[in-house]
Amino acid sequence: MAPPAPGNNGGTGRLLVVEGLDGSGKSTQARLLVKWLQSRGYRVFFTEWNSSELVSGVIRRGKKKGLLTPTTFALLHATDFADRLERQILPPLRAGYFVVCDRYCYTAFARDTARGCDPAWVRNMYSFAPVPDKVLYFRVPVQVSLDRKLASREPISYYEAGMDLHLADDVVESYQRFQAALRRGYEKLVTTDHLVPIDAAKPVEQVLTRVRSEVKPLLNEFPKMETLVHG
Amino acid sequence: MVRTYGTRIPNLPKKELPGHLIVVEGADGSGRTTEVEMLRDWLEIQGHPVVDTGLRRSTLVSKQIDRAKLGHTLGATTMALFYAADFADQLENKILPALSAGSTVLADRYTYTLMARAIVRGATREYAEKLYAFAFEPDLIIFLDARTDILLHRAIAKYGSLDYWESGMDLSLSRDRFESFFAYQGLLKKEFDWMARTYGFQRVDANRTPFQVHRDVKAVVAALFGKKVRIEVGVEGSPKVATVPEVSGLGPTEGQNA
Repeated sequence: MAPPAPGNNGGTGRLLVVEGLDGSGKSTQARLLVKWLQSRGYRVFFTEWNSSELVSGVIRRGKKKGLLTPTTFALLHATDFADRLERQILPPLRAGYFVVCDRYCYTAFARDTARGCDPAWVRNMYSFAPVPDKVLYFRVPVQVSLDRKLASREPISYYEAGMDLHLADDVVESYQRFQAALRRGYEKLVTTDHLVPIDAAKPVEQVLTRVRSEVKPLLNEFPKMETLVHG
Repeated sequence: MVRTYGTRIPNLPKKELPGHLIVVEGADGSGRTTEVEMLRDWLEIQGHPVVDTGLRRSTLVSKQIDRAKLGHTLGATTMALFYAADFADQLENKILPALSAGSTVLADRYTYTLMARAIVRGATREYAEKLYAFAFEPDLIIFLDARTDILLHRAIAKYGSLDYWESGMDLSLSRDRFESFFAYQGLLKKEFDWMARTYGFQRVDANRTPFQVHRDVKAVVAALFGKKVRIEVGVEGSPKVATVPEVSGLGPTEGQNA
């Protein structure tokens, strides 16, 4: 649990993270990236935030019953992240995979801070996480995030809209304010944690081209699956 | 104002809370549970309504922690954070309201046990301290300090065996449970000694009978409330009544919200 040295991801693999607001298109781009890397013969492992069974069950139940406070919300998401890191992310990373994470500790830095948690406390909580080789930040205006969200016809969830913070009675208005706070958080991380901003309001094809050009340098001297399996 | 160890959780009231927070720490076999029960009764008779709390009792996550322990499925970092979530839930939903209502909160273990467990499993002291920096500083931390060989005999006398977790078998210190128990308790002891100094524990010699331990504990608690305590001298027969003079070494509460 000691904080890792910058650039030391605990193995010979590569760790790439995509971050951004809901509706920034990061998950779509992550999926496309994984497909592209696989087609080129690399060993790829893809993982999403909030997918560990045991802990995400607690989080789901807590959210449903409104039992979560900013502090327990933060701790449970850190627990979930730690579980995924220990079981799913570190082994493939150490085995030499190209690991793509849809959201990483930066989501927590932005989100928990927007909920009023002490930034230094949140940072310490995640200090066990290896520093990624690159973090792509899909930058969109809050309005684009909202428009995409509304167009998707998926209902805006209570916590996604930050309704627990009582910013506004109206879900859409609350969503806008909360996402604006998250966006401010991400913008700070561009400076402090070297997130690479990508203009994600552009057409998807252009975004995809930009993503590939950002990823290419990470493939230098990165072996393909064939050589790993057959020496 | 509620004092914490450096970090304030959101929505923490700014005002002083009228209640008291008393923590009892000590290994399994230190007589902690027995003492907490006796202390609770005594406090209530003395006129201090008690709300008790302990580890792994939150409505939010305690069941899942039990499940995780049964399956031994979670790693050290995950477990440390899971316990922290359980603690935070109790802090916000049980301890804080009770202190606001003016109750005396009696905690059967607190963050210190959780920190020690995390540290012996690989966390740095700094990580553990910062993780729990949102905890309220107790008014009094009683540490029931017992030798490892005594803990061993009590464990065997009570359960007839050594518990998997209390022996730290998950640390792979030794495949032999007896050896592992000693090694694990030794590691914990080191952390408790460090914390006793850092956090100002009131050390009570727990190598003695429950009666003797309780007498010392009462004296320390009475001093917190600025009371003189009636102490029965002698185990049986007609108790003589004595008053305890000032308890030395209550210094640690200095800087705390006594």
